[in-house]
Amino acid sequence: MSVFWAQLRRDLLLAARGPAEAANPLVFFALCTLLFGLGTQSGGDPAVGHGVVWVLALFANVLAAEGLFARDHEDGTLELMLVHARPLLPLLLGKLVAHWLVCGLPVVLLSPLAALVLLGSLAGAPALLASLLLGTPILALLGAVGAALTVGVSRGGLLLWVLVAPLQLPVLIFGVSAAGAGAAGDFAFWMLAAMLAASLTLAPFAIAKALAISQEY
Amino acid sequence: MQTPLLAAERLSCAAAERVLFDELQLAAAPGDLIEVHGPNGSGKSTLLRCLAGLLAPRRGRVRRRCAIDYVGHKPGVCERLTPVEHLRWLARLRGDPPLGLGVDQALRRVDLRGARHEVCAALSAGQVRRAALARLTPGAGRVWLLDEPLTGLDAAAEQLLGAMIAAHRAAGGAVVCATHRPLPSAPSPTPPASSSRRTVQLGA
Repeated sequence: MSVFWAQLRRDLLLAARGPAEAANPLVFFALCTLLFGLGTQSGGDPAVGHGVVWVLALFANVLAAEGLFARDHEDGTLELMLVHARPLLPLLLGKLVAHWLVCGLPVVLLSPLAALVLLGSLAGAPALLASLLLGTPILALLGAVGAALTVGVSRGGLLLWVLVAPLQLPVLIFGVSAAGAGAAGDFAFWMLAAMLAASLTLAPFAIAKALAISQEY
Repeated sequence: MQTPLLAAERLSCAAAERVLFDELQLAAAPGDLIEVHGPNGSGKSTLLRCLAGLLAPRRGRVRRRCAIDYVGHKPGVCERLTPVEHLRWLARLRGDPPLGLGVDQALRRVDLRGARHEVCAALSAGQVRRAALARLTPGAGRVWLLDEPLTGLDAAAEQLLGAMIAAHRAAGGAVVCATHRPLPSAPSPTPPASSSRRTVQLGA
């Protein structure tokens, strides 16, 4: 546990020391929401509005994922982690939780505001917030797998997109439908929960393996 | 001959398709100092990464009965952290009480106490190297893997490193070091009588 907390504390400290970099995905999310709201003359269809919020949350997440291991790889911290943190999982969990707290949670908290801008009302906001609360950790975990696979690849941003997008598509589909009302929404909600459980148990192992492989070059 | 802390058995490594070394044997017993020599591209760093467990060898195996301290080309020190924060984090990671000897003491050994609360981005390249070397913990059952540790160090820091290596060997630890320049040796403390200082030549 001590490794988990040490890593969580370290990554939050790093985010606090470089707030501009940490806020990048969030600014992107807020700005795009605003532009969409202006461009589509708010008051539109809730299904479209929720879809836009979800797509932007996904984009913001991939943007954030690019930098997840890049800095650690550049300055050699990653080597230290691999040599000393055995097993690697507590450290990875600390890193992932910090990553979500910095890049995922703010998007969740901003989503009612985004719904207001896009739809002109807060009617469906609680369901949207709940769907993002379940969905953004999945996006973060999948993004982290992609980041671990592309660590050390210069200009790996596009590759990360290509790797991660197919995996994130189901999350997007169920997420948008979970934000809607009715029986379909409930089903999608449980699907999201199941996907979160699955990615939470599987992704850290994939990340650990991918990071170990990244050292072969 | 004591049981080696770290042993490479018939180790083979390749970069892309080029074989760097083949059937390499190496054993580091307590107190040993093994210098790895060889021209650029001869596989010194690859060997050290293999010994550290970062790289899987193509053939052969590495036996570790020790804790590893690895200092490679990259310092492993985040520029947004201070040396103290970095060492505290690393101590938690390794699960030892702050580096066996305390963060303060670790920084004093590399003469970096004055800058201990400055973020590493504000330090010079040599000071960052010192911050990286500060994590080397002396003691029995530990092997230091050093990749060109003299890079960027001034004369004073070279002497400090020489003294650290001597203290580590005397305590029963071992060092494997890739280097182009002769390592500074400190007259005391003396390493265990059973130990030796040898050279492994690569790319010959």
